[in-house]
Amino acid sequence: MTVRYRQAQGRSQELAAVADASFRVGEGEMLGLVGESGCGKTTLGRAILRLVPLAAGEVRWRGQRIDDLDRSRFRPLRRELQLVFQDPSSALDPRMTIARSVAEPLRALMPGLAAAGRAERVARQLAEVGLSPELAERYPHQLSGGQLQRAVIARALVVDPRFVVCDEPVSALDVSVQGQIVNLLARIRRERGLASLFISHNLAVVARLCERILVMYRGRIVEAAPREAVIRAPLHPYTRELLDAVPVIDAGAKRRVLARSIGLATVDAARSGGCAFAARCTHAQARCRSERPALRPARDGHLVACHRAGEWPRGLPPLVPG
Amino acid sequence: MALLEIQALTVDFAGKRPVRAVDHVDLAVDRRERVAIVGESGSGKSQLLLACTGLLAANGRAQGSVRFGGAELIGGGDPAGAVRGRGIGFVFQDASGSLTPHRRIGDQMAEAAVAAHDTSWQTAMATAERMLERVRLPDARRRLSQYPHELSGGMRQRVAIGAALMSQPELLFADEPTTALDVTVQAEIMTLLAELCRDLGMALLIVTHDMGVVASLADRIAVMYAGRIVETADAAGFLGGPRHPYSAGLLDSVPTLADADGAELRTIAGTPPASGMVFPGCRFEPRCPRREARCTREDPPLAAGTASAVACHFPLRRENAT
Repeated sequence: MTVRYRQAQGRSQELAAVADASFRVGEGEMLGLVGESGCGKTTLGRAILRLVPLAAGEVRWRGQRIDDLDRSRFRPLRRELQLVFQDPSSALDPRMTIARSVAEPLRALMPGLAAAGRAERVARQLAEVGLSPELAERYPHQLSGGQLQRAVIARALVVDPRFVVCDEPVSALDVSVQGQIVNLLARIRRERGLASLFISHNLAVVARLCERILVMYRGRIVEAAPREAVIRAPLHPYTRELLDAVPVIDAGAKRRVLARSIGLATVDAARSGGCAFAARCTHAQARCRSERPALRPARDGHLVACHRAGEWPRGLPPLVPG
Repeated sequence: MALLEIQALTVDFAGKRPVRAVDHVDLAVDRRERVAIVGESGSGKSQLLLACTGLLAANGRAQGSVRFGGAELIGGGDPAGAVRGRGIGFVFQDASGSLTPHRRIGDQMAEAAVAAHDTSWQTAMATAERMLERVRLPDARRRLSQYPHELSGGMRQRVAIGAALMSQPELLFADEPTTALDVTVQAEIMTLLAELCRDLGMALLIVTHDMGVVASLADRIAVMYAGRIVETADAAGFLGGPRHPYSAGLLDSVPTLADADGAELRTIAGTPPASGMVFPGCRFEPRCPRREARCTREDPPLAAGTASAVACHFPLRRENAT
């Protein structure tokens, strides 16, 4: 799929927020999508759910194209495809109680459900995400960040979706609370067999939850591989950089200095013909600046978009402390 | 004598519901020492920095003593003057807290130097250029005439650090300086701060929730919880064996790649206390896995004036003591 945005200031140019992204999510799979802010990962997640239009490509749900369905034919699918929002403090209506907010999708998407049935589903849903009944009658400002995020998850799950896009669901939370939500999502996935796309800038969190990981850079998927391959034998220099940025927390890490030179990614490589990462890549060669590498299989189940990936068959080693 | 000496610092906020954000905190920073204050949202860590520099909100009031280079900054002192003049530099979480959007970078930086040292504009501009080189911003001269929005977030934070260096501070305050940045850029900024402290002989007091920052940057650490320092120790000893159950929980909560095998993340039960809560005993007791009856009644004190101390009735034993 490709998603383009028309640029501001009346320029005729269009900027691809997401370009040529192709992937599939298996039954019950939690697929990880990792990348930095502005890389297009949120747009990609929203495009799957038709919250932003595609410029090219298609989205298929259980074999059926859904990106070109008209509203009325897509409507029944809205129950099956849900989104967990990024910022829990703005995802809920401040004037509604938690119970009311969680009941909203039921009203909209399952109008046949009677009030009693609705209340029962809401209660069950809140219990599943670990919110006590007395919290149900409170308002968002009376809840902590972790409790709010639980409510946001409940709101997405209450209609019993088959696929959920989780967009940075733990980024806004304190570390001690982050783990609670990560564990909750893992449990729900296991118990419900729910398929999902888990979007995060934190590779350590993604690796904890997802067996397969996509790495995105400037609108393109640059590496797609099983978790172990991404962590132990990454083939794209950008993935290596993300791995090196994950903190190592032990007494010996004190003098660990990042060897990489200061970021000089001033060139808008998205406009040039070459690899978007070439401007800041320590391995870049002339070819990288002129020719965009395609995402192609390097080995079984491991795709990478790098001209030089063949030169490090065991994966890129970490940058040695300087 | 320590460069910065904080004694019994207490910060109160007036209002319908008065809040004590910082409660009798003692902390000292030596010359050239790098100290990290670690805590979660609402722990009071940012208010502590703001109180030291006279930047509290209008309804905030600081009591106690903050001495910088022997001069008292609280009660009659001029803390903001210490920040404006030479002495203490301040870097905020978001560079837009340091930089004005509508003025050229060079002008903003030069102004600070003229105010602090009464130098000529020309000299100040030359200093500004040198500082931008210092923070390893490419094309320093050209940046002087640019506006903040023309730079990426990471570069803006470099400029903000450069601007803080204009007054040749002996001590740099940094409030979550990497939180708003992408992970790979975070690592660059940490490396830069470490270099600057070393090369300029500058002390650093950094506030963070990120254990990665602590591991890579700090000589000594103070853990804050609900307005109090609950543990202070040298960084290596702390990372090797935290003694307060909260510190241990925080360290365990950080997702790393070492054990990213889909196992449950360890977490701390419950949520950080809402500001303004009153505790008869230990503040961490409701969430603590080691709590006993005594903890609900007696507030454990932190031994003042020692390099390594823990405020806990039943602290963990340091396993690999150094």
